[in-house]
Amino acid sequence: MPLRLAALVRALSGAGAPGGAKAWRPLLQLLTEHFYDVEALRERWLQKRLRKVHQENRCFTSLEERYGPDIAGAAFVLKQGGAVKFQDQEWIRPNKHGRFSLEFLKFQNVPVEAVDASGCAINYHGLRSLLPLKELRSLWLRHCPHVDDWCLSRLHPLAGSLQELSLAGCPHISERGLACLHHLQSLCWLDISDLPAVSNPGLTRILVEEMLPSCQVLGADWTQGLRLGPEQQPRDTASPSPA
Amino acid sequence: MLRGVLQLGLGRGLLTRGLGSRGGGSTVDWDEKVSEVKKKIKSMLPGEICDPLYDTSHLPPEQSDVVIVGGGVVGLSVAFWLKKLEKRRGAIRVLVVERDHTYAQASTGLSVGGIRQQFSLPENVQLSLFSINFLRNINEYLAVVDAPPLDLQFNPSGYLLLASEKSASTLENNVKVQRQEGAKICLMSPEQLRNKFPWINTEGVALASYGMEDEGWFDPWSLLQGLRRKVQSMGVLFCQGEVTRFVSSSSRMETTSGEEIIMKRIREVHVKMDNSLEYQPVECAIVINAAGAWSGKIAELAGVGKGPPGTLQGTKLPVEPRKRYVYLWHCPQGPGLETPFVADTNGVYFRREGLGNNYLGGRSPTEEEEPDPSNLEVDHDFFQEKVWPQLAQRVPAFENLKVRSSWAGYYDYNTFDQNGVVGPHPLVVNMYFATGFSGHGLQHAPAVGRAVAEMVLEGHFQTIDMSPFLFSRFHLGEKVLEQNIF
Repeated sequence: MPLRLAALVRALSGAGAPGGAKAWRPLLQLLTEHFYDVEALRERWLQKRLRKVHQENRCFTSLEERYGPDIAGAAFVLKQGGAVKFQDQEWIRPNKHGRFSLEFLKFQNVPVEAVDASGCAINYHGLRSLLPLKELRSLWLRHCPHVDDWCLSRLHPLAGSLQELSLAGCPHISERGLACLHHLQSLCWLDISDLPAVSNPGLTRILVEEMLPSCQVLGADWTQGLRLGPEQQPRDTASPSPA
Repeated sequence: MLRGVLQLGLGRGLLTRGLGSRGGGSTVDWDEKVSEVKKKIKSMLPGEICDPLYDTSHLPPEQSDVVIVGGGVVGLSVAFWLKKLEKRRGAIRVLVVERDHTYAQASTGLSVGGIRQQFSLPENVQLSLFSINFLRNINEYLAVVDAPPLDLQFNPSGYLLLASEKSASTLENNVKVQRQEGAKICLMSPEQLRNKFPWINTEGVALASYGMEDEGWFDPWSLLQGLRRKVQSMGVLFCQGEVTRFVSSSSRMETTSGEEIIMKRIREVHVKMDNSLEYQPVECAIVINAAGAWSGKIAELAGVGKGPPGTLQGTKLPVEPRKRYVYLWHCPQGPGLETPFVADTNGVYFRREGLGNNYLGGRSPTEEEEPDPSNLEVDHDFFQEKVWPQLAQRVPAFENLKVRSSWAGYYDYNTFDQNGVVGPHPLVVNMYFATGFSGHGLQHAPAVGRAVAEMVLEGHFQTIDMSPFLFSRFHLGEKVLEQNIF
């Protein structure tokens, strides 16, 4: 009986198709309010999901001791599904089944130059594996669902080497996290486009450009969010201008 | 349908309608009767009030294991950790008594919201580190099924403490202690300061310490609401009322040196309702004093400090309310997005607020300038004379600013050594204190809550050793002072 209840709750929580789960949500909420078992089960599922993210972000201490921080960091990124580029080498990516070759283990003293962790489940704890990469020049964190303002505050050890940073599409990054990017003095390219949690994208882009004067910032257009007056409406260039 | 049945049932019993109405008899109000019967049927269902004579739903329960006096961030944190660390689900009944559910004068909502690890006492640094860990993982600790995730609006911009020539060595020692505990603080010379923050005037600054990580400010109201929501889902009962009396039993004991002392145990807490004389005596095993600026009064009610001065019985809880002002101003050419929480050598502080060149700040007044804490009125001359000149001297851009708004809030100020009081009272054995933080209550609340819960459940501190903060230090005269640089 409890197993059937667990299966029912799991099905209703939408472990399957998200579209179907939405229709069952009011029923699930009603059940949660009235039955302690359902509430306890759902709490347990929530904790399990959070623990799974933590599990994926464990760092490889044994690899770090044996091969050094660069190789451990590279292994971490490849395990998460991202891509790594060692200095003067090609990009190493896992294939569509998530497998990757272990030949990077022989790059003993070669530093990691670029990391593409786009779409990976990297979070605050996982970033610990990337911080010892002293020669990291380019870091791409596009569309990472767990990268938030806390993660950005942790990037300051990379200030000496990081030149390119992309944060496009991360749902939890806001202007408050972007404020601590001023530690990254070597940055020359920053992508902060498409950040849904930023309250005023145009103004934020201007403020970030002021904060990092030598950096090229890609973001929302500064006119976004502005109300243009009637004389400032964009004109059609084909029509003759008034004399 | 119910109405039809009633009309049919009652109508047949009486004489026909025509006779009744002609004789000027009473008209039956069917709507009222229907709603009354509906209420009666509803009250028969399980879970509803079963006492049809009095409605006591606004009163607290008659018994509770733990009564927490004060529903601010510290009180709710204690309630959260008590429920989280209990050995069995539902083992402890906790009641939180809060006098004002709008939190109009509570220090939590009026706080500037900063959190820093830059303290001189290692215990304070540990408290801050624990609390920032809690805030970082807040959606794991305070997750409630079907509720949206909490957004604390944390700005990880760090604290910048400036030190003059004579306090530079204190600052360096403090930073050493902080680094030993694991905080990431860097020391900056005036030259480095000018390079990093060109809007600062470094005249008079010999050294500065800057928190690189885990420091900043956040929204205290959302933390309070998140704690409240989680704590309610864990089964903690809330009551809006004022604690007016403690009924305790006392017993005479003899110390090893032959001295006679009276040990008290609180049996009942009388909670009086708002705007009425009605009160409910709540039988309890443990009382937690988390009443913030009013903890001194609560302690007096429990008999703390009633005795000849100089003895343990006569040692009062030295916590009193102190008023502090906070001003919000707009400065069009002010410092930009990277502005940390700056605390100057003379006690003036400010931080950025939002994206529109607005800043929040203030200053701790000296002992002579202490304002009257009986109300929360703001003194605008204080800003003009004591705050603005120093701000303009440190940040020249602040010469043109315009104050937008201001407010005042209370510090639960510990007049003895300006640090918190945590743990049980030696004589009133079941009253535990969690108060007196003098401006650090919000940033230490999660850690203090855990410490008090561990003390209550286990009998000793486990995660962080808070024994220097026990009540007994007031009698022994052992001050635990922060080596402030201002």
